[in-house]
Amino acid sequence: MRLLTHNMLSSNIKGVTQGFPLQIEVTKSITKQVDFNPDFIKNMLVKVEWKALVEAARAMGYGELPETVEVGMVEDEDFLRKFHHALLEIHLEEGFLVCPQTGRKFPVCKGIPNMLLNEDEV
Amino acid sequence: MKLKQLEGLLGSLEQFSSPKIELEQYPTGPHIASRMLYTAETSYGDVTSKVVADFGCGCGTLGLAAALLGAEHVIGVDIDADSLEIAYENADDLEVDMEFVQSDLKSLRWGDRIVDTVVMNPPFGTRTKGADMDFLCAAMKVASGAVYSLHKTTTREHVKRIALRDYNASSAEVLCELRYDVPQLYKFHKKKVVDIAVDLWRFVPGKER
Repeated sequence: MRLLTHNMLSSNIKGVTQGFPLQIEVTKSITKQVDFNPDFIKNMLVKVEWKALVEAARAMGYGELPETVEVGMVEDEDFLRKFHHALLEIHLEEGFLVCPQTGRKFPVCKGIPNMLLNEDEV
Repeated sequence: MKLKQLEGLLGSLEQFSSPKIELEQYPTGPHIASRMLYTAETSYGDVTSKVVADFGCGCGTLGLAAALLGAEHVIGVDIDADSLEIAYENADDLEVDMEFVQSDLKSLRWGDRIVDTVVMNPPFGTRTKGADMDFLCAAMKVASGAVYSLHKTTTREHVKRIALRDYNASSAEVLCELRYDVPQLYKFHKKKVVDIAVDLWRFVPGKER
């Protein structure tokens, strides 16, 4: 699971109001190379929840992203490549996504998060 | 990539080994899938370099077609672990990147900013009434650009009315009518192959939600 996918997911348990971002517990992570597409990555810069991405990347052991994004950075290729790497190349392969409000753990197996809820959570 | 080439690649994919009728699991054939994604890209530019989600992805055919056409990030969502396993293997065989999430679409909570395009072949709602519209409802909440979906031609007026009135679509257009050949998958199927007329829809979500 790429961190871009993580950036979209939130805990969907009934009654949970602060379900985003899910915390990451890593058992195994992998890196897969993806071609750098500057237009795509610039476009993503305004769409992702930045803080959630920085925290997720850090949980995955990647601490190269700045805490905040400033206007001029969109032309900084070095920065864009780091963003690209964090967003698309780092994968959570095995581990858990943890609901920030309830602590409920959603397992991630072979890179696939299981977000199915139990009957009493719907 | 040419249409024929895309259709050929999709034709090699593994399909449901033991389909589940309660989920209305029918494979999306390579003919329909290739035309659906090819049209989305060549007529509207909704695939290449986009974030594409495949809702009720089953064995992954539509999402993989998007990946083959150069979508930057493709996510397949399905409730069924067995289907996701086949889809995962299919992605591996084609050597393309596709992400998967196991979830019930009804309880999916995603932001409405990241996904550009949703593609789907939803259940037609013959087993669970309204399942087709539940899928469409979820897709319209997530897509920021467009939703491509297949619905039975007999439901055309209904789909149009609900999409415009209840799901805040700014447009709902039938791009073409296709023949969906349903193979004899289940015991209750009496004929070998049945052709159903289905519409290929393109919905554009409204700006305000």
